[in-house]
Amino acid sequence: MKRLILSLLLLTSAPALAVDPAEMLKDPAQEARAREIGAELRCLVCQNQSIDDSDADLAKDLRQIVRERISAGDSDSAVKQFLVDRYGDYVLLKPPFNPKTWLLWLGPLGLALAAGLVGRAYYRRQRREGAAPQPLSAEEQRELERIMKDQG
Amino acid sequence: MKRRLAYLLPVLVFLGLLGFFFRGLFLDPKAIPSVLIDRPVPQMDLAALPGRGDTGLKSEHFKGQVSLVNIFGSWCVSCVAEHPMLMRLKAEGVVPIHGIDWRDDPVQGMLWLQKNGDPYTRVGTDPPPGRTAVDFGVTGAPESFIVDAEGRIRYKHVGIIDERNWRQTLLPIIKELQK
Repeated sequence: MKRLILSLLLLTSAPALAVDPAEMLKDPAQEARAREIGAELRCLVCQNQSIDDSDADLAKDLRQIVRERISAGDSDSAVKQFLVDRYGDYVLLKPPFNPKTWLLWLGPLGLALAAGLVGRAYYRRQRREGAAPQPLSAEEQRELERIMKDQG
Repeated sequence: MKRRLAYLLPVLVFLGLLGFFFRGLFLDPKAIPSVLIDRPVPQMDLAALPGRGDTGLKSEHFKGQVSLVNIFGSWCVSCVAEHPMLMRLKAEGVVPIHGIDWRDDPVQGMLWLQKNGDPYTRVGTDPPPGRTAVDFGVTGAPESFIVDAEGRIRYKHVGIIDERNWRQTLLPIIKELQK
C-alpha cells in the first residue's frame, strides 16, 4: 500500500523545472506565457531539453530574454520568431512544417502507407492463389495415395 | 523480372537506410548551420575590458576590413586550448581578431588575457544574459565568425580553431574575402 501511494505520488508530481523564482515575472499571466514558450524552446547546449528544464547558463540567459520580450509586449509567436531569427528552426523543439521538414513530418505516414499497399497486394495474391489451388503433379498424387492407404 | 524486383526491394531499402545511418554516425549534432550567414553583424555597443586601452566593440568596427570575431570567456576551458593558435594568428597578422568576453566578469576576463596573452584588436564584454552572443546565435565558447569588409557575417566556426581547420577552411574563406 505504501509503495502504491508513493508511486502514485511520484507519477502525479510535477517535474522540477530549472526556472529560478528570482527569474519569474511579477504578472502571473505573463509568467505562464513565458513557461509555455520556454517549454517549446530547445536548450542549445543540452539539445534535448527545453530551456525551462535545463540548468545550463545559456538556457538561463534565454529564459531571461524570453521574459524581457514578453514584458516589452511581444506576442508568443514574435518571441519565438526572435529566437528563430538567431538560432534557426533548430531552437524550436517542435519543428515547423516547411519545405525542409516535410519529409520528417510526412515520412512515417508515407512509410505506413507503402507498407499497407505492399501488404494488401500480398494478401490479395494469396487469396487469389488460395482460391484456385494448383492441381497435384503425378508424383504428388502417388504420394498422397500412398499416405491415404497407410492411414486407412 | 517483376517478382525479382519485389524480392530485391526490401534489400535495397535496407541498404539505403544503412547508408543513411552510417553517415549519421559521423555527423556532429553540435554543428548547426547558422541562419546568420550573409546577414550584417548584430547591433552592439559592448564595453571595454578595464585597463585594456581600447573603447570596446561596436558594430561600426566591423566595417572596412575583413575580421574574425572570437567568443571567449575566462571560465571557458576549451578557450585555453585554442588561445596559442589565436596568438600565432595575431603574430602572422593575416586578419584582425576581435574578442567578445562572454558571460564573464570583466576583471576576470582582463586577468585571463594578461595571463594567456592578448591576441585581440578590440575586446567587448557581454555580461549575462549575453545579448550580443544570443544575437550571434552563439551556443557555446569558443565560437568564431568571419565578417567581411561590409560587416556581414560570412562564416561561423563552432569550437576550437586549430591548425587543420584554419588551413583547410577558415584561411581560404578569409583570403577569398580579402581579394
